[in-house]
Amino acid sequence: VNFQPNEVQRRARIASALLFLTFLFLAGSFFRTQILQHARYVLRSEFNRLREVPIPAARGIVYDRHGAIIAENIPGYTVSLFSPGPDSLREALRRLAGTIALPDDQIDAVVRRFRRNQNRPAVIFDDAPFTVVSVLEEHRVEFPGLIIQPTPKRFYPDGPVVAALSGYTGEINESELDSRTFAGYKPGQQVGKSGVEREYESRLHGREGVRFVEVDSRGRVVREAGARQDLPPVSAPPLHTNVDLDLQRFIVGLFGDSLVGGAVALEPGSGAVLALHSAPSFDPNRFIGSIPVDYWRALNSDPRKPLYNKALQGKYPPGSTWKLATAVIALETKVATLDDRMSVPCMGGYQYGNRWFRCHKKEGHGSLTLAQAIEQSCDAYFYQLGLKIGLTNLVAGGVSLGAGARTEIDLPSEMRSDFPTVPATAYFNRVAGPRGWSQGGEALNLAIGQGRNAQTVLNMARFYTALATDGAAARPRVARGPPVRERLFRLDSAQLAGLRAALAGVVSRGTAAASRIEGLLLAGKTGTAQNAQDPARDHAWFVGFAPANDPKIVVAVMLEFGGHGTRAARIASKIIAHYLKAAPRQLLSTEGDG
Amino acid sequence: VKRPRVADYPLVALALLLSAFGIAMVYSAGQTDVPTIVAGMWKRQLIWLGVGVLAAYFASRASSRLLDWMATPVFVGTCIVLLLLLFIGTGSGPAARTRSWLAIGGVKLGQPAELAKIAVVLMLAKVFAARKEAPKSLLDLWQPALVVGVPWLFIMAQPDLGTGLVFIGIFFAMLFWSGASWQLLVLVASPALSLVLAFGTPQLWGAWFLLFFALVLWYKPYVAEGVFIVVMNVVMGVVAPVAWEKLDPFQQRRFLAFLDPSADPQRAGYQLLQSQVAIGSGGWLGKGFTEGTQKRLAFLPERHTDFIFPVVGEELGFLGVTIALALFLVLFLRSVRVAARATHPFASLVAFGLVSIWFVHVLVNVGMTMNLMPIAGIPLPFFSYGGSFMLACWIAVGIEGRLSVEGRGKADMLAI
Repeated sequence: VNFQPNEVQRRARIASALLFLTFLFLAGSFFRTQILQHARYVLRSEFNRLREVPIPAARGIVYDRHGAIIAENIPGYTVSLFSPGPDSLREALRRLAGTIALPDDQIDAVVRRFRRNQNRPAVIFDDAPFTVVSVLEEHRVEFPGLIIQPTPKRFYPDGPVVAALSGYTGEINESELDSRTFAGYKPGQQVGKSGVEREYESRLHGREGVRFVEVDSRGRVVREAGARQDLPPVSAPPLHTNVDLDLQRFIVGLFGDSLVGGAVALEPGSGAVLALHSAPSFDPNRFIGSIPVDYWRALNSDPRKPLYNKALQGKYPPGSTWKLATAVIALETKVATLDDRMSVPCMGGYQYGNRWFRCHKKEGHGSLTLAQAIEQSCDAYFYQLGLKIGLTNLVAGGVSLGAGARTEIDLPSEMRSDFPTVPATAYFNRVAGPRGWSQGGEALNLAIGQGRNAQTVLNMARFYTALATDGAAARPRVARGPPVRERLFRLDSAQLAGLRAALAGVVSRGTAAASRIEGLLLAGKTGTAQNAQDPARDHAWFVGFAPANDPKIVVAVMLEFGGHGTRAARIASKIIAHYLKAAPRQLLSTEGDG
Repeated sequence: VKRPRVADYPLVALALLLSAFGIAMVYSAGQTDVPTIVAGMWKRQLIWLGVGVLAAYFASRASSRLLDWMATPVFVGTCIVLLLLLFIGTGSGPAARTRSWLAIGGVKLGQPAELAKIAVVLMLAKVFAARKEAPKSLLDLWQPALVVGVPWLFIMAQPDLGTGLVFIGIFFAMLFWSGASWQLLVLVASPALSLVLAFGTPQLWGAWFLLFFALVLWYKPYVAEGVFIVVMNVVMGVVAPVAWEKLDPFQQRRFLAFLDPSADPQRAGYQLLQSQVAIGSGGWLGKGFTEGTQKRLAFLPERHTDFIFPVVGEELGFLGVTIALALFLVLFLRSVRVAARATHPFASLVAFGLVSIWFVHVLVNVGMTMNLMPIAGIPLPFFSYGGSFMLACWIAVGIEGRLSVEGRGKADMLAI
């Protein structure tokens, strides 16, 4: 070995220098991590230790026009579980299944939900029954990641009565989470699924609060409070609607359990939706949290389709209620006036080409003016009027009346009514083939509300608001707000008054005379619509308004396979009477209708 | 006549400071929100410190001549124990499948490998000191290579990759201190370097090989040696990777698992991340003693043993880290000074060998927590919980202190 003192000193200097440099390097890398990259690692360490427990905000309370509650919140409980990963979550749920009923498919659903956002607790029950909560509270120590959170729960005091309007809420599903509409939503949250709840979701949702709990590396909750300042939830403001809950209840009562169909009551000037019902209904309260499987199956297997909104989505041939549209088109295109008579008087039908088109009154109405034809609902008159207007103008006029459009009501999933499009020739060539139709035949059918015409109950009500006012229809609105009106047709006030008088004549002398109301001038039109599904059973329509001289309410009632329109008229007149607080006169005799 | 000093007080003070710091951190490591067995370990570590200080006192009573005399029997005895350990050793904790623990009647006595490091240092010093000149050729190194190689093989068979690494560090440090030229050091290290480079970046290996070849031509070793070392480099750089590729992935995994039984890439990645999060979130002054959330909430693994330094970083911040590192640096510099002041080669080599044990441990352990070094799983001197290592460190302190007192020069209390 070389142990010259100078050599040793040299090696000592080299060793010391190397030591010094090594420690400088170590200190430097600590400086970089601890000082320069501090913020990043602090964030990471907070993310490690804090878990967010969402505190759902109370949804906005939905009121009717008089302040009665349509939808509110009651106390409920959600049960959720923290877990460091899907596998340990599954394991914990299996253990939990030994304490409470937890089927395998629910465990799968919880794990799936958790995978989407692992920093939140996995929701096991959106709406835990109190029995489950009390059992879990007892066993809390055995499940250290368990969170039992008081949560406002949606409640509809009138249940099925308001279902067609209110819709219901439920847990956000996978496809909604992926959609842009629900950007920012997180798994496990409750969202509006239909009706007002869905339409005004952004207003009714409120802002979710967050409680921070501290967890350890195995997902056990170590500290429940004070880990960090909680963010309190912000309840949504109430939503005031135009709905008259009292009227809504009355309508639902009229439909009872036996009638199937839809009804809409609008305020003619503003378009305010006073009531909207689809029968049979369902109970939105049972949809909260998770829908009981048997209830869901029962709803879906019911041939009367309770989940299908018959006022918004159902499309039915409008029948004679459409004659007013034909009359409006005739007046607007100046093909006829209210006092004009057709060349061939009604003899129980009308011969067109080689075919006899029947009128509902076999013995015939004789010679009628347009006003009388409306009153008597004379088909023979309207056949000729349709031919005079011509198919092209019938279609164009119908389109400008909104026959093939949505009403743009503030409710989701409204269907577009079916009606030919402009230009008519191209439309019929497309749907029936160039040789499958004739100008005259289609015009005859369209003139009396048959043929290629299927309207939603709401769209018919909307058209009659134009008749009830000045020819402009207001967009139907459930929520309170300024009216949006759109002109459908231009008629002078004398023509409008004449049409209204004719409609009033329908109820006082004509087809709906049985539905007269004492001391009240009621205007409206019955319809008995043939339909392809069941030719033996017609759909019964009535669309009308009252008082005829100063309309306050427009009502459209449609009874699926309900038979003659007079049945719908009776219901409508009761609705109107109830709303206007007058008593309908009971009459037994009725007249036929086409 | 000046009365001789009885001890190197600054050296002992430094070791005591580090030990106190370390036990405080072991205490803190036990302070978790969900209490574990670690909570009480600081007390046991305190007892081990007492045992260690006592051992240091006895070690300081042994003169360098006695150490010289004892080196061979101690080394042979150590080798026998290490060999026996392969048959009777037991595992512990996360490395339960290894055979590093000596246990009698189910009672774990300790890890002989920790004390073996000191035995190897003594024996290496004796072998190097016996030579008149510094080693110049590979042939000169057969004795030292044997001294390190035998226990190294036993330890790698346990297997304990980390401790094996320390042995290699000791060998190079003492080779350097014996006066070997840097060229020889490079030549000796070249096969290992070739292996690392070939598995890392093969292009870099090519460049390295050219450089290495030039070095061989310049240093002019014996022809046989030159050929041998070049062939070794080619084997490590070209043949080993090809042979590795030929292995079944299953065999590869078996081999890696053999080298490091606790290796689990996913788990290791998680440990490293949590370690860095703990250190990085400490900032300037840390979250406060015992207040580290990474540690409290058990995100930090092995927080009382291999990953104790992140606890320092998290709770005491950059300031605490700097103080700990500075204490180590001062201890090491002073120990190097002891080596430089020694009156004869054996003492000097022992002093330098002991500090090299500490240095490799600190560098690998601290580097590992910062992802600068591979996870070798070796403890941090004076800090990590563990009786055998605490004992070994304090025996080393005792020997260093004695050698310091024996050394020439003035009794300079404060110089490092």
